[in-house]
Amino acid sequence: MLRIRNLNCYYGRIMAIKGVSLSVAEGRIITLIGANGAGKSTLLSAVCGLLRNWEGEIEFEGTPLKGMDPPSVVKLGISLVPEGRLIFPPLTVMDNLKLGAYTLYRQKKGGAAADTLAHVMTLFPILSERAKQPAGTLSGGEQQMLAIGRALMARPRLLLLDEPSMGLAPQVVEKIFQTLEFLRDEGYTILLVEQNARAALNVADRGYVFETGSVVLQGKTSELLEDQDVKRAFLGKDYGDFYEERR
Amino acid sequence: MDNRSNWHRIAYAALIVIVVLTGMLVSNAYHLQLLTFIGINTLLALGLNMLMGYAGQISLGHAAFYGIGAYTTAILTVHYAISPWLALPAAILIAMAIAYIVGVPTLKLSGYYLGMGTLGFGMIVHILFREWSGVTGGASGFIGIPPLELGPVSFSSGRNYFYLVWAIVLLSLIICRRIIDSRLGRGLRSIHDGEKAARAVGVNTGKLKLQVFVLSAAFSALAGFLYAHLVYFISPGTFDFITSIRIVTMVVIGGMASIWGALLGASLLTLLPEWLHSFSEFEMVVYGLILMSVMIFLPQGLTRGLMDIYERSKRQPDR
Repeated sequence: MLRIRNLNCYYGRIMAIKGVSLSVAEGRIITLIGANGAGKSTLLSAVCGLLRNWEGEIEFEGTPLKGMDPPSVVKLGISLVPEGRLIFPPLTVMDNLKLGAYTLYRQKKGGAAADTLAHVMTLFPILSERAKQPAGTLSGGEQQMLAIGRALMARPRLLLLDEPSMGLAPQVVEKIFQTLEFLRDEGYTILLVEQNARAALNVADRGYVFETGSVVLQGKTSELLEDQDVKRAFLGKDYGDFYEERR
Repeated sequence: MDNRSNWHRIAYAALIVIVVLTGMLVSNAYHLQLLTFIGINTLLALGLNMLMGYAGQISLGHAAFYGIGAYTTAILTVHYAISPWLALPAAILIAMAIAYIVGVPTLKLSGYYLGMGTLGFGMIVHILFREWSGVTGGASGFIGIPPLELGPVSFSSGRNYFYLVWAIVLLSLIICRRIIDSRLGRGLRSIHDGEKAARAVGVNTGKLKLQVFVLSAAFSALAGFLYAHLVYFISPGTFDFITSIRIVTMVVIGGMASIWGALLGASLLTLLPEWLHSFSEFEMVVYGLILMSVMIFLPQGLTRGLMDIYERSKRQPDR
């Protein structure tokens, strides 16, 4: 579904990603794990058009994404749940969700947006309870649900998530990840960037391990969970760092 | 939501009643003109509020569009003897076209840099008005702008002009309200709260910022048109940097992201200097003090502040 070949990304003259290739098959959860600054979020920014300065190939269902701006990428069927949620705090929960369907409303598909809204509300009932509240008054976990709901509102087929577990209690993380599995079973394809490697590897089908801008290891998650390097670097003593905020 | 639009409907109705009653009861020409000025300033503040309050983009050069509206209609009606009603769309379109041309490079900036960019633009336009004397009349101003007439109705009387301006204000308030409650309005507010997140959900932030900039220029040009045909005489001094700042102040004092804030801010800033004449040389001191106290005690502006006070007073009896 998503195929990336030989991707190089730049921030000014700094090269943040060097020659990464990966592919995401339809109906799967693929995870990218790695430490801070490994280039995981950069890759997501490149895919959804937020970062324009990259070379290589990114293809979504055969369509090259080179030179596309974020609205066109969203229209193609890719939605990003950004790092740190980035909801719109003063707007109501409902307005936040409706903003997710911005491109739908733009194409005069208000009916489709209403259907999706109902679906998101059944997925996260708490959001319908809080629909009229400013989004900033929600708890961290609820905000993450809102961010996911907002991304779903654009009716994507590929969902990109940037560290949905950030700053959340383990129980809440579990709930979010259950939702991801549920979404996969509904037919969504998910690309999940995580520092919480254990949780991510437990839900994902395939994983890529990033280190300083390159993929150092890839494979089925069952294999990665057994891998000595992964165990040492991500599942062992560095666990405490996983909750460290990046910015 | 329903509750909110009810509120707005009540407020519109109240505004209509107030305007009609004032028009009937006030006969002093000076007072009527003052009230008309409030209407014109409300249009200015309303336009800038769409840009600043909702989209979060500052402009320190809005007096330029105000002036472009006024000078366009002045030049067309006096030099070319075109009917003001044809000059009106011309004034608005020219301001919008200039806003578009200026907006494309400028709106790539943000924060202080956008402020500087628009400030520079405002100053250039002001200098043009002053120095291009063959067309604009230069520093001594432009005289002989004709009054507005519509069939048998002449707007040269203060009362008719007052009604005209306030009818336009009411219409503009309703239009802005509609925009804000639409998809576009949500998009604008999302830019204010986080441009990156807005882009991630698929809002074309660059285009939307440009559109709202052009829209606010149109409101300013409309205000300029009404101003020119109210006073029949315009000079560059009316459209200088200080005016731009005053419009920004109206928005901030009235309350950002509120269409009623534009009305309150414009009213306060138009009336204050008149009330304060009695302080003679201390006028500006008192003026500054009042603005400072509003910002200290009602930091969210008048609208939000008054609503908070109202809600608090409603809660009091329960205790």
